[in-house]
Amino acid sequence: MLQVIVTTAELAAITTVLLLVLATPLAWWLARSRHWWKEVIAAVTALPLVLPPTVIGFYLLIALGPASPLMAALRPFGIQSLAFTFTGLIIGSLIYSLPFAVQPLRTAFEGIGGAPIDLAATMGAGPVDRFLTVGLPLARRGLGSAAILVFAHTVGEFGVVLMIGGSIPGRTEVLSTRIYTLVESLQFGAAHAIAGGLLAFAFVALLALLLIDRRAGRLI
Amino acid sequence: MVLTGRRGTFTLDIEFEVPAPGVTALLGPSGSGKTSILRAIAGLDRHVGAVSCGDTVWQNASVFVPTYRRAIGYVAQGPSLLPHLTVARNLDYAARRAPAGRFDRDDIVSRTGIGALLGRFPRALSGGEARRASIARVLMGQPQLLLMDEPLSGLDSNARAAMTETLAELFAMLPLPVLYVTHDAREAARLATTTVHVDCGRIDCGSP
Repeated sequence: MLQVIVTTAELAAITTVLLLVLATPLAWWLARSRHWWKEVIAAVTALPLVLPPTVIGFYLLIALGPASPLMAALRPFGIQSLAFTFTGLIIGSLIYSLPFAVQPLRTAFEGIGGAPIDLAATMGAGPVDRFLTVGLPLARRGLGSAAILVFAHTVGEFGVVLMIGGSIPGRTEVLSTRIYTLVESLQFGAAHAIAGGLLAFAFVALLALLLIDRRAGRLI
Repeated sequence: MVLTGRRGTFTLDIEFEVPAPGVTALLGPSGSGKTSILRAIAGLDRHVGAVSCGDTVWQNASVFVPTYRRAIGYVAQGPSLLPHLTVARNLDYAARRAPAGRFDRDDIVSRTGIGALLGRFPRALSGGEARRASIARVLMGQPQLLLMDEPLSGLDSNARAAMTETLAELFAMLPLPVLYVTHDAREAARLATTTVHVDCGRIDCGSP
């Protein structure tokens, strides 16, 4: 049981850190760009919100399986397949949780407005400087929200991790797939314990989100 | 500078020079294009045309120098400070990105009277205090051209009168050109050495 909790926490933590690094510049660009076609990119990043997890899981299973062109390209590096591996789980979680990072970050960056960014430019701050010294500090509420949402969503995801990870005990089994296994074997007591724990965790995560919103509203 | 281009309901069509040093007021009613002209000079909006500062070309047919490489100081309407930094950190932010220059921090703080405000965040400043801190912040950037967009807007009459006198004293000692946008003819008469009338994006006339 401890191993399942550790795997779940590791998966959620790694996904959260990687997504904050990847999604923050993307959300900044989506918020600041004046190109109409940025919405095409925005729609692609939002796809996991509306696609059935099994669709994402299915395509990932093919892409990360041994017969895919991607794996053929990685074969010289000793990688045969990423399906049913922890790395595969991380890739799946990154894609599935992407909109939960991009949306709050984009909203936070758009909420800054153009004035502070223009002001920094008139003070000699270049594009990267403005992003780091004005965009990020003023969007800290969005960063906090994105981190909590991604972590909680990754802990709670089921379809993608089951398809890409296969719920292999000790390797890719996480709490949400453990519940499924327990219910299948009619172990309702143990399933109750995990489900209740995840319910409490989800409540605390959402409460933290609302408190961050409240505090940020008072600060700025 | 010469600029043309669509902006809102009118076409920007201007050509004028700002003497150095001296205060040039851009005077015109609200919506006449004054802010558009200032933003174009700052490089915040892009129009067709040419902008030069002394011998340095900031914009022409083949060159567009981005805002952060133009040696300008820009005071926007309302408080013109980064909201997440104290007044002192705002001054530091400008100073760290500026070349070494003629304006000394202690002198600026003293002349603008913001010594007691350095530890405060912009949200804790009154309208007049925020304007004085904004001007100090701008001077810390060691600008070659000062652009001010209705810096007294939103102030009550007492604060406005006090700020007008502070600005008049400051302008008298500033060795650089100032472009000062206002819709108040009395303010322009008190502060400016030259007045340019703007209406619907056009220069109507210039008066020495």
